[in-house]
Amino acid sequence: MRRMDKGVSSKSPRKSGHTPFLRKWSYAGSGCRERNLGTPGSGLEAARPARAVLPPARAAAAPGVAMTSELDIFVGNTTLIDEDVYRLWLDGYSVTDAVALRVRSGILEQTGATAAVLQSDTMDHYRTFHMLERLLHAPPKLLHQLIFQIPPSRQALLIERYYAFDEAFVREVLGKKLSKGTKKDLDDISTKTGITLKSCRRQFDNFKRVFKVVEEMRGSLVDNIQQHFLLSDRLARDYAAIVFFANNRFETGKKKLQYLSFGDFAFCAELMIQNWTLGAVDSQMDDMDMDLDKEFLQDLKELKVLVADKDLLDLHKSLVCTALRGKLGVFSEMEANFKNLSRGLVNVAAKLTHNKDVRDLFVDLVEKFVEPCRSDHWPLSDVRFFLNQYSASVHSLDGFRHQALWDRYMGTLRGCLLRLYHD
Amino acid sequence: MPGKLKVKIVAGRHLPVMDRASDLTDAFVEVKFGNTTFKTDVYLKSLNPQWNSEWFKFEVDDEDLQDEPLQITVLDHDTYSANDAIGKVYIDIDPLLYSEAATVISGWFPIYDTIHGIRGEINVVVKVDLFNDLNRFRQSSCGVKFFCTTSIPKCYRAVIIHGFVEELVVNEDPEYQWIDRIRTPRASNEARQRLISLMSGELQRKIGLKVLEMRGNAVVGYLQCFDLEGESGLVVRAIGTACTLDKLSSPAAFLPACNSPSKEMKESPLVHPPSHGCRSTHNSPIHTATGSRLTQNFSVSVPTLIYTGMGSGSAGKEGGPFKALLRQQTQSALEQREFPFFTLTAFPPGFLVHVGGVVSARSVKLLDRIHNPAFVGIMGNTRSYKLLDWNSFNSDEPETRDAWWAEIRQEIKSHAKALGCHAVVGYSESTSICEEVCILSASGTAAVLNPRFLQDGTVEGCLEQRLEENLSTRCGFCHIPYDELNMPFPAHLTYCYNCRKQKVPDVLFTTIDLPTDATVIGKGCLIQARLCRLKKKAQAEANATAISNLLPFMEYEVHTQLMNKLKLKGMNALFGLRIQITVGENMLMGLASATGVYLAALPTPGGIQIAGKTPNDGSYEQHISHMQKKINDTIAKNKELYEINPPEISEEIIGSPIPEPRQRSRLLRSQSESSDEVTELDLSHGKKDAFVLEIDDTDAMEDVHSLLTDVPPPSGFYSCNTEIMPGINNWTSEIQMFTSVRVIRLSSLNLTNQALNKNFNDLCENLLKSLYFKLRSMIPCCLCHVNFTVSLPEDELIQVTVTAVAITFDKNQALQTTKTPVEKSLQRASTDNEELLQFPLELCSDSLHSHPFPPVKEHLESASSNSGIPAAQRDRCSSWIELIKLKAQTIRRGSIKTTVTVEKASPVGDGNFRNRSAPPCANSTVGVVKMTPLSFIPGAKITKYLGIINMFFIRETTSLREEGGVSGFLHAFIAEVFAMVRAHVAALGGNAVVSYIMKQCVFMENPNKNQAQCLINVSGDAVVFVRESDLEVVSSQQPTTNCQSSCTEGEVTT
Repeated sequence: MRRMDKGVSSKSPRKSGHTPFLRKWSYAGSGCRERNLGTPGSGLEAARPARAVLPPARAAAAPGVAMTSELDIFVGNTTLIDEDVYRLWLDGYSVTDAVALRVRSGILEQTGATAAVLQSDTMDHYRTFHMLERLLHAPPKLLHQLIFQIPPSRQALLIERYYAFDEAFVREVLGKKLSKGTKKDLDDISTKTGITLKSCRRQFDNFKRVFKVVEEMRGSLVDNIQQHFLLSDRLARDYAAIVFFANNRFETGKKKLQYLSFGDFAFCAELMIQNWTLGAVDSQMDDMDMDLDKEFLQDLKELKVLVADKDLLDLHKSLVCTALRGKLGVFSEMEANFKNLSRGLVNVAAKLTHNKDVRDLFVDLVEKFVEPCRSDHWPLSDVRFFLNQYSASVHSLDGFRHQALWDRYMGTLRGCLLRLYHD
Repeated sequence: MPGKLKVKIVAGRHLPVMDRASDLTDAFVEVKFGNTTFKTDVYLKSLNPQWNSEWFKFEVDDEDLQDEPLQITVLDHDTYSANDAIGKVYIDIDPLLYSEAATVISGWFPIYDTIHGIRGEINVVVKVDLFNDLNRFRQSSCGVKFFCTTSIPKCYRAVIIHGFVEELVVNEDPEYQWIDRIRTPRASNEARQRLISLMSGELQRKIGLKVLEMRGNAVVGYLQCFDLEGESGLVVRAIGTACTLDKLSSPAAFLPACNSPSKEMKESPLVHPPSHGCRSTHNSPIHTATGSRLTQNFSVSVPTLIYTGMGSGSAGKEGGPFKALLRQQTQSALEQREFPFFTLTAFPPGFLVHVGGVVSARSVKLLDRIHNPAFVGIMGNTRSYKLLDWNSFNSDEPETRDAWWAEIRQEIKSHAKALGCHAVVGYSESTSICEEVCILSASGTAAVLNPRFLQDGTVEGCLEQRLEENLSTRCGFCHIPYDELNMPFPAHLTYCYNCRKQKVPDVLFTTIDLPTDATVIGKGCLIQARLCRLKKKAQAEANATAISNLLPFMEYEVHTQLMNKLKLKGMNALFGLRIQITVGENMLMGLASATGVYLAALPTPGGIQIAGKTPNDGSYEQHISHMQKKINDTIAKNKELYEINPPEISEEIIGSPIPEPRQRSRLLRSQSESSDEVTELDLSHGKKDAFVLEIDDTDAMEDVHSLLTDVPPPSGFYSCNTEIMPGINNWTSEIQMFTSVRVIRLSSLNLTNQALNKNFNDLCENLLKSLYFKLRSMIPCCLCHVNFTVSLPEDELIQVTVTAVAITFDKNQALQTTKTPVEKSLQRASTDNEELLQFPLELCSDSLHSHPFPPVKEHLESASSNSGIPAAQRDRCSSWIELIKLKAQTIRRGSIKTTVTVEKASPVGDGNFRNRSAPPCANSTVGVVKMTPLSFIPGAKITKYLGIINMFFIRETTSLREEGGVSGFLHAFIAEVFAMVRAHVAALGGNAVVSYIMKQCVFMENPNKNQAQCLINVSGDAVVFVRESDLEVVSSQQPTTNCQSSCTEGEVTT
């Protein structure tokens, strides 16, 4: 019953009791309040003779003099944040690992501290971060809470770093459903990327949390994220891309796509959000940045005429070839491939009515356009010339009535393709 | 019936989810004051309810206004079952009761639950309409201001300092009532919190009445403590110093008059080496009594100790007649008072005339149990807390506690008398309780005070008087107050190194802050003596006897350690000495902390000699000499570290002031009157030379080792336990207050004293090392007001709690200021030997003027050349100088700003503060509230005191592991306590807490049951401060006017 029994066999049939205070207080949670009701004071009387008795096992159990730290805390009126420790914590290192890493950084030599001091310091910071984590899940809370007095610049740093993510990690989960299933795969991702599981979990949970919050929200995606998570503009844009990809479940994990960085995808996401979503056409209406404009996708079928109608296709090709003759290093390859490329690009558009094909958008783009061009060693400038001319010359096709649709589609696609076109 | 309390509940935010089904809460609020309760509407389904209630009005006696806290309970409405409590807010409305303080309390308060901690916040507005009460026999004392600050608060002027006020109230501890067996832990904790809040209110009211009786209007240095006596009850006691304070209208006007230990004033003593003076040796008087009168016809008498540095002294007659005169005067003023005690640690200039030394008294008591069951029953009643005086149940009780303290105070008084002093300053009281044994301790500094302050008459009067007397030179307080021929203890006296007219002891120990006008060489440092003594476990009387027997030895050893460490640092005076003796079940712990300094007026301390017992053993001798060398090296190193380089003055120049310096005659000590059954025992180092350490056994060896193992703080760090560090005066505005708690478990039963000592020593040293490491980003910085508290929560546990504030300073400036005066005086010393009489004064003013800020040099010199600069005038000048210096500093700070880290949040905080008049809207970030144990905020001016903060919290958990173990639990709790203090200050319209202290931190755990409980009591003064950079515009005109006024005054007085 006495806390002193901890760790020692409590065979000795001692009665409860310690300082009156503790003794009484230990009734509080012990459930023996009621039992004692009948004889108030009996517990108190019993305590006296028991006090001096000590379990004999104790002396034998602990030979030699040593002390162990039971409790060790430091609380500042202004919460101390050590950026280095914060990084270690975010990276998911255990206290022991973090101490080892700090020792290796040479901090002991710089400050003349001992390992024990470092251990205690690290523990303290970890504890603080642990307490802050709850607030970091809803950053506006961090600003309004009263428990930790943190200067605004530090608050911003805490939030920004907490929501920062590893490129390697985000590439693994980009476009995947942010569900329990994916969470289970984090083990594998951790092994694959060398990022600690803890850090993977944090990053995954961050994605999921942001997703959940902005999912049903109207208005600009980036603005919403910024408002609810107080992230910097850059980071908010990245999250918008992640959320957008997760929502539309774009496939990014295929081997073909491995050469693409998160930045490439984020760039495309931004263009698509700006041009292909509901919010892009009508800001008054149900302003949803997350979902692609279904109507627009349906309409894209109309573009099929560009490749289905032989005359149009030929006309289109001759327009492009005339314009580019002499300007393109890879003119002959282009001329030979034009129909294939055009068919590829238009077919991608036409297929977007199906969710499955939407998911494969990037695979298709790489397969149908990037890879053929790359195998012919088109330089990027030629690709740009070609795409510009390819989309512009459609305006001269008299028989084609969907100019606006074409621009909305091709404007974005051109940007994406140019970004995707690299080694 | 003179008060109307109005409360409005505005809104809540971040409430916890109380309804799992909807993930929302249906919250409403109960507002309770005294017996009246109001409720708001239920705000359905929201975690951020907007109640916007009407004004709830309570019509109450002002007596109740003072005693009762406003109690706000947030609940979750439940149609079918009982409403669930979310948490509570207690608001002390006392600050609204004095005219100059806050007029409204408005802001977000954390909703606190003793089991769950902070659960959201609530926005409340509180106002009080007071009607004047003309009833002479009233029981309330509204309007008496309370300050925790142990000096005259910054924007006030002391008209009269009346003296000591004390009171205690006793009650049954709700935790030990029978009803506690059937109520929930939460109910029990809340009953306790409420009771203590009520008792503090009552205590404050009663003290206020005493102050009014004395015709005072304020209590300064108010210190309230709880004794958790367990079954025998709960004692809330308070001491303070009654004063009549005048509010100063303009900050410029108060500077010359009110000399609080503000940064500005502290700067003036800079670092002045003694010009030259007499030289010889030492003595530190600690005058201690360890009385032990136990209750129940059981009495153990313990010898009263008189500690002395060593056993020789001789006499000189100068100053005698004057002293006698002064003594008479003061005596008459003080004699009317029962206890001429002052809880202040810093004083208006001229207040302190002489300092005798530390007086302390301890007494071991047995706590009694209450046997009256009726009592318990009544107290268990829910609405019972209107304090039933203990009297009505057990007629002895309050008297017993009162008598205990009266006894101790009497003893202190007599010790002071023995030291030739009629007053005790820097007075404090404390207790240590373990089971039914309680050690009561009191300590202070015996002093002779200027009577003018104690009678009617203004500070101006005092200043004039000081001019006449030409007495309060910067060395005045060091001069011995006692009669050289009839010294209370053997002592080495020399002529003062500064004025050469009066005698000074070789070492001075005090409990007060360094006087603002003291001349210090180099920097100070924190000196700690740490000691453990094992004790057999025993019952009641036997236990008390054992403790009583151990106490004198502990005191003696603590004193020896302090003395040795002081010598080792090459210093000669201790300030802010606080000796804490803690009693546990099987050991006693002693921890003494003080700030060592080198006072220019006192002689250079001698070194430490080591002597072996067996001198003919060769290898042994070698070992000894090795040790000796190490010690000498350490002293030399310390002198360099702390920049102690007093001018070398050869004996010949001074002449030997003391005819027979090595005479070992023991002089008669005056017996303290009260100690009839107390035999006095001279435990001074007797026949040995004081600083010869004899290594005759391993114990002594250990001592020497421990002396040498104390590691100095890393470079760039200083530490002290006084308000500020002597020798550092260019503080920047970056401060960081912190609390650190450590508990260690001693893992062996067969501990020896030595091992225990080592463990304890390591604990403290490691703790300090950790602090230095944590705060390394603030370098160069100084840990000020380092306050260690030791407790022994259980058999093998030692808990150390440290609260301190780290303040950064500008290193380059510090070096500059310390060096110049030294150089200067060195030159002087060689040339001006003849002009002994005027010289010190001249030096003071001169060196003070010239070095800190070259640009204004000519200006100042012209001012000082007006006259011969009499001593007292210097103060005026210096205060005016401070103003300029302040200016200079703020200008300097402007350029420094870049080096200050981004961490400094002040811009936002200040910005927020400026629009505080508007209630903080939900979108604003939280304003910064600074907390500091000091009475000032560096780089800022306190413009208003808003009232005392005195809060008591209990936190308990039954899910210790889930909350991160004991460390996680306590870490969170302390952070929450800080948050609640800040919220209350912010709601009062303040932006800082000064003189903050954590008076109690009682932590208990039971990991087996996954439980822990902690009680914390904190207090401080809520203030409004304005950053000096903001003041600049205003103050830019002031230096000129102020300069003129002080100059003209100077002319008049000469």
